[in-house]
Amino acid sequence: MATEGLVRPRLAAGPPPAQQAIDAFAGRHRYRLLEALPWAAAVAAYFLFPSYLPLGAQILATILFALSADLVLGYAGIVTLGHAAFFGTGAYTAGILAANGWGEPISGLFAGAAIAALIGFVSGCIVLRTTGLTLLMQTLVVATLLYEAANKASWITGGDDGLQGMEVWPIFGQFRFDMFGRTGYLYCLIVLFLCWYLARRIVHSPFGRSLTGIRENVRRMHAIGAPVRRRRLIIYTISAALAGTAGALIAQTTGFVGLSFLNLERSGGVLIMLIIGGVGRLYGAFIGVPLYMIAQNRFSEIEPVYWYFWIGLLMVLVVVFARGGILGLVERLRR
Amino acid sequence: MSAAMNGPALETRGLCKSFGALTVADQIDFRLERGARQALIGPNGAGKTTFVELVTGGLPPSAGHILIDDVDVTDLPQAARVKRGLARTFQINALFRRLTTLENVTLAVAERDGVAGDLLRPAGRHNRVIEEAFALLETLGLAEDALRPVNALAYGRQRLVEIAVALGLSPKVLLLDEPAAGVPSGESGLIVAVIERLPADIAVLIIEHDMDLVFRFARRITVLVQGHILVEGPPEAIAADPQVRQVYLGERPHGRETR
Repeated sequence: MATEGLVRPRLAAGPPPAQQAIDAFAGRHRYRLLEALPWAAAVAAYFLFPSYLPLGAQILATILFALSADLVLGYAGIVTLGHAAFFGTGAYTAGILAANGWGEPISGLFAGAAIAALIGFVSGCIVLRTTGLTLLMQTLVVATLLYEAANKASWITGGDDGLQGMEVWPIFGQFRFDMFGRTGYLYCLIVLFLCWYLARRIVHSPFGRSLTGIRENVRRMHAIGAPVRRRRLIIYTISAALAGTAGALIAQTTGFVGLSFLNLERSGGVLIMLIIGGVGRLYGAFIGVPLYMIAQNRFSEIEPVYWYFWIGLLMVLVVVFARGGILGLVERLRR
Repeated sequence: MSAAMNGPALETRGLCKSFGALTVADQIDFRLERGARQALIGPNGAGKTTFVELVTGGLPPSAGHILIDDVDVTDLPQAARVKRGLARTFQINALFRRLTTLENVTLAVAERDGVAGDLLRPAGRHNRVIEEAFALLETLGLAEDALRPVNALAYGRQRLVEIAVALGLSPKVLLLDEPAAGVPSGESGLIVAVIERLPADIAVLIIEHDMDLVFRFARRITVLVQGHILVEGPPEAIAADPQVRQVYLGERPHGRETR
């Protein structure tokens, strides 16, 4: 699909072709200069757009959410419409802790990731027995169940009104979440960076490559003796933890958690952002999410009622003219 | 469990499979000796591919036993049978089409080596795995295609990758399900050459319609008809067997593919 395109064999002069081929293949995990671009842009944005930092923090956290979806959808080929389940779980976990006297952000983040991972593991044991449309419906069911649970348990979640009264303490007791969103932005940026590093290592590991194998041909993976179900469950759990981290980040930086964190629109929205950027490429999230959220921000100012129309139009254009998203388009143009 | 040195590499005892009233495998007692070069032939619908699925674990049998190296694997899942040395190829290519040829084989070698579950160390640092996969491609004449995606290869060469992936598992038993299927006659020589040069210690069972290939390759032939073994023996005996001639070889009555 994607990363494969990055291997450009150059078999001209130099060491023997065999060694060149092996080197080209073995060197795929090495860092390329281009990969510094999103981080340079994120740091530049901090200085260039000081009045948009709260939006920026949300974009960074949502990139993490989309990255987590990319691991299951893009790499393992697990089609899900319920990823908000883990995002919302992480957000409610961190939010409920902060609203009940434990506002320490780092541990709140870990708690959000852990509970989301637990939900991911347990639900994954059940839903990953199926594939395709059945799997899609089951992921949807898991998210809907959690949504209704959060709705019913209003004594702790605030139900329809959302969770009120979160109090997030300064990071390491030092860095207060300020009203300009500076701390929040940098906090999200650092967490995103660490999670991206982890995701990148996983993607380039033998485990990550075997996920690609599962996506490309699950039958053959069985035939070469791969424990397919276990591998899918592991990545689903990891992805849930990352989605939970993203939810916790947004809860802590905005100070609010509502039922919309768990709804279908949230699950579908992150997929749309990912598809616009490019699925299975690790960086699709870094392109699709900012584009979508900035466009959403702009359109909703210009046309508060009809901005969805423009998002819809963008989506149609991507599907018709840019299969594989914007990154897919770039890859084709480079060939 | 240590295997008796002289037992067969693969054996089935009383293997049965039915779907409702339809019996597709009927009391199959089958032996594949160590290092064997054997062929399984039979008209369309005889149950050859079902037999492969039963042996590899893709389908559960209705009755009977499957043994690899004298160990009963009937209740073991597919992956566990692969770990015991059973590999197969597919009649219709089952490759990782968008991945490179080298990566296709690397995935298999990594599984066999037990490093495929490694989550953090880059795949590119597992040099032994990559070098072994590349060496395997060289022996099959696929080295120049190592970095090309499989779907960019000519079909005949894709069939070779199909075999290469199975060989990446270092099998003791190799089931080749119609290795030359769909290959234009000009390219089939490539495949025959590779099959004839397979390491002698691998027990090879080839399921094939192409009689030239079967009689060139096999030292024993098993004839399957309607889910049961009609006859088994050396090629000369099979060619001369009146029953076989009637149901299979003589006239071409069963819509046998001619290529």
